[in-house]
Amino acid sequence: MRRRRLAALLCSVVLLAGCATAQRPDPLEPVNRQVFAFNEAVDQVVLKPVALAYEAVLPSPVQLAVSNFFGNVRDVWSAVNLFLQGRIADGFSDVMRFGTNTVFGFGGVMDVATELGFERHGEDFGQTLGRWGVPNGAYIVWPILGPSTLRDSIGLPVDMQASPEALVSVSLARNTMTGLRLVSTRAGLLSATKLIDEIALDKYAFVRNAYLQRRRSLVYDGNPPDEEEADPVADPAAAPASAPAPTGP
Amino acid sequence: MLKNRWTSLIATAALVLATAVAHAQTAPDAWIKQISGEVIDTVKSDKAIQAGDTRKIMTLVDAKILPNVNFLRMTSSAVGRYWRQATPEQQARLQEEFKTLLVRTYAGALTQVKDQSVELKPLRAKPEDTEVLVRSEVKGKGDPIQLDYRLEKAGDGWKIYDVNVLGVWLVETYRASFAQEISASGIDGLITKLAEKNKAAAAAKS
Repeated sequence: MRRRRLAALLCSVVLLAGCATAQRPDPLEPVNRQVFAFNEAVDQVVLKPVALAYEAVLPSPVQLAVSNFFGNVRDVWSAVNLFLQGRIADGFSDVMRFGTNTVFGFGGVMDVATELGFERHGEDFGQTLGRWGVPNGAYIVWPILGPSTLRDSIGLPVDMQASPEALVSVSLARNTMTGLRLVSTRAGLLSATKLIDEIALDKYAFVRNAYLQRRRSLVYDGNPPDEEEADPVADPAAAPASAPAPTGP
Repeated sequence: MLKNRWTSLIATAALVLATAVAHAQTAPDAWIKQISGEVIDTVKSDKAIQAGDTRKIMTLVDAKILPNVNFLRMTSSAVGRYWRQATPEQQARLQEEFKTLLVRTYAGALTQVKDQSVELKPLRAKPEDTEVLVRSEVKGKGDPIQLDYRLEKAGDGWKIYDVNVLGVWLVETYRASFAQEISASGIDGLITKLAEKNKAAAAAKS
């Protein structure tokens, strides 16, 4: 029963996702809003309190070490993606980062490479697909994992295979690592989410717009081409058509 | 041969003159560097600001930030195609509430400043440009934070009319939210919503 419902949901996701356009990036909004509300609730009850405790209890050098450790493994995956995108020099730079941090940064807990001037690229598979010209597709909010798009979702399982815990075979250690990674990431976002609470009129829409813009910027390496001149006073036709918003929960 | 030499001489003279003119005005990237440097230094040297002293933060914002931002343009771009439908009074209120919201946010972010520094990326602009994009990175602990500005020429100096944090443009993000709010409950509805948001935040702080 449950599986059938999931299959039905997936079917509708794929069908609707095909309808997404630049003007209408969020055809799944009603479902997405519900998942978003669920995620917010989970965050309030579990994730945020744990992250707050993590931040309060652990000294900040330890927190930094944890985040560096996960970042170090991500650098390898980032290098692979850079090679896939044809950015050979950047790819080798990330390989150097991994080598340097693993050897001189004690297995990656210290980020020596950044001090040496090797910038972190942090590429993932969704960005690679974007570079290859795959369009975003529909905006999707996944339970727990949060905002994504159809394209980034295709990259997600591939990205997860490349996380450090995927290399560990003992399930207890693996689950601990996944938990630690989630909490470490959430703790890093504490001040950002506080900011969004303060400035967003509609948190769902704010997060969606920010996510889509940020991903677009990342695909183009922080320098996306202008989509439209952002001055609607001069050209009212250039203003994006606003989708009528259903009142969400 | 001689003619050629004359041409190159004139060209050189023109170039020198153009450079001199360009230097008479502040370069946009140098200007951003100067402001952000001043703000960061003030915050670093003032324990009260780091602790969240609202009055002191507002003094700093009033002195260093507000004169350098074109809030009218920011607000009208964010309101987008509805801006023309708004009465002058509505426009004034929109601008006022939006400004309060942004200033409060900015003030909150200032208390987070600790050991950051701002590094500018190479400017890609011609001297005659009246609108330029200045790109920078805030370096501190962890990954650098992308921070870009759109500037417009204002007399001899510059004014900021849009800001980009981590690849997200402020005006573009608000335009979608504002359009949604206006189509649901009109321009007055948006003003009320902004005012409520500001009031709630002010109450939470005091």
